Amino acid sequence: MNIPANLKYTPSHEWVRTEADGTVSVGITDHAQAALGDLVYLELPEVGRKLAAAEACAVVESVKAASDVYAPVAGEVVAVNTPVTDAPEQVNQDAYAAWLFRIKPADAAGLARLLDARAYEATIGDA
Amino acid sequence: MLKQTPLNPLHRAAGARMVDFGGWDMPVNYGSQIDEHHAVRNDAGMFDVSHMRVVDLTGEPENGGVREFLRYALANNVDKLREPGKALYSCLLKPDGTVIDDLIVYFLREDFFRLVVNAGTADKDIAWFRRLMAERAPTLTLRPRTDLAMIAVQGPNARAKVWRALPGSEQVSSALKPFAAVAMESPWGEAFVARTGYTGEDGFEIMLPAARAGDLWQALAAAGVRPAGLGARDTLRLEAGMNLYGQDMDETVSPLESGLAWTVDLASPRDFVGKAALVAHPPSRQLAGLVLVDKGGVLRAHQVVHTDHGDGEVTSGTFSPTLNLSIALARLPAKVAPGDTVRVGVRDRELAARVVKPPFARNGKPRVSLIA
Repeated sequence: MNIPANLKYTPSHEWVRTEADGTVSVGITDHAQAALGDLVYLELPEVGRKLAAAEACAVVESVKAASDVYAPVAGEVVAVNTPVTDAPEQVNQDAYAAWLFRIKPADAAGLARLLDARAYEATIGDA
Repeated sequence: MLKQTPLNPLHRAAGARMVDFGGWDMPVNYGSQIDEHHAVRNDAGMFDVSHMRVVDLTGEPENGGVREFLRYALANNVDKLREPGKALYSCLLKPDGTVIDDLIVYFLREDFFRLVVNAGTADKDIAWFRRLMAERAPTLTLRPRTDLAMIAVQGPNARAKVWRALPGSEQVSSALKPFAAVAMESPWGEAFVARTGYTGEDGFEIMLPAARAGDLWQALAAAGVRPAGLGARDTLRLEAGMNLYGQDMDETVSPLESGLAWTVDLASPRDFVGKAALVAHPPSRQLAGLVLVDKGGVLRAHQVVHTDHGDGEVTSGTFSPTLNLSIALARLPAKVAPGDTVRVGVRDRELAARVVKPPFARNGKPRVSLIA
């Protein structure tokens, strides 16, 4: 299972990377893309949308099923990865390169509550 | 405890993603189900369909025989089967005209017909057949062939690759017509090679002794046939406009409301189980195809379809890799016609879809288009 040690995670299978400017990039984990199978449709939030932590804000849909993506932290959407909506298979090919949206976190406390790679791996093991 | 086919260890060794499919531990994909789908449309893929149940019916013709029994038991007319090996698709109906199962029946000899029924319905089908036999044909013998495995090899290059993998098969099956089968001796025991399938592509379905199924599977892989899972099987059959029992029809609907009128023989004077009910209740609904026009998601079973003639419901929906669009089968009011635009509830929105006549794709090619 591919779970990079330099990222943070949520129990709902989002990965989070803190960028140099303090924003965070969000995607779905390799485990999540493998469980969903071939992705064929993505719906991303509007830039400027204010999100609460754990709010459903995007949809990833595979041949098999649709699944919500949740905001890992509270904050404002500052960018979305529009090209990936035209090629959702990029998420299957490299889930950690194909970020979906970026959030400017409302505070630092939210980030501290995210899982590290080992803790996330443990949650999948229980699943 | 999930049931396993004899090929289960090979699926697991190949890294397949396994799912519980009606109590069977089956491969849903071996990686990308879209790649597997394209392999079948453009080359050759193979499916483990050993969970399906082969049922042999035998009995001496002078006692009424198997043909006479099936003439009554099935909605399609086995009198269409005259040449040994010929196959027929039929529904098995309840007296109220609803669908117990759909199946393929092969005529082998006057004293020997073979049925292939769905995995999830096999036990109830067999119980139903036994009940009918007790009433109408007590001298017949019904034998579930759990000793057999079945591999479906499908795609434009499927037959040629089977001929390479299964010694002796080319001689006996090169002249085989679609919907016909032949039995042969193979290195792995008696094999039954049928030119049938569930993908809209040419190919064979091959039955052979369960203990030797792995040998054939590996020989097919060596001949360049790509393993494909239930995921690709579903997108392929849906593109081909083929119903899935339990989803597109079941014991609540008639075959006439399931796109299967062509399989119900109402023309001949022959009586069969369910006929009176079908004649008494003309269909008010139909099973039609939908192609999603708007962007915004994927058509899925149970979505509500709004039409000018009342509401309907999606029975099977998916993303079509061949069309690169979302497609569906939907049960709609009978007055809805191909070309109509309908609205489908997809999550929190209503998206436009066009009504089409299936199939959506067959033999490697799209059969519908959004460009009118």
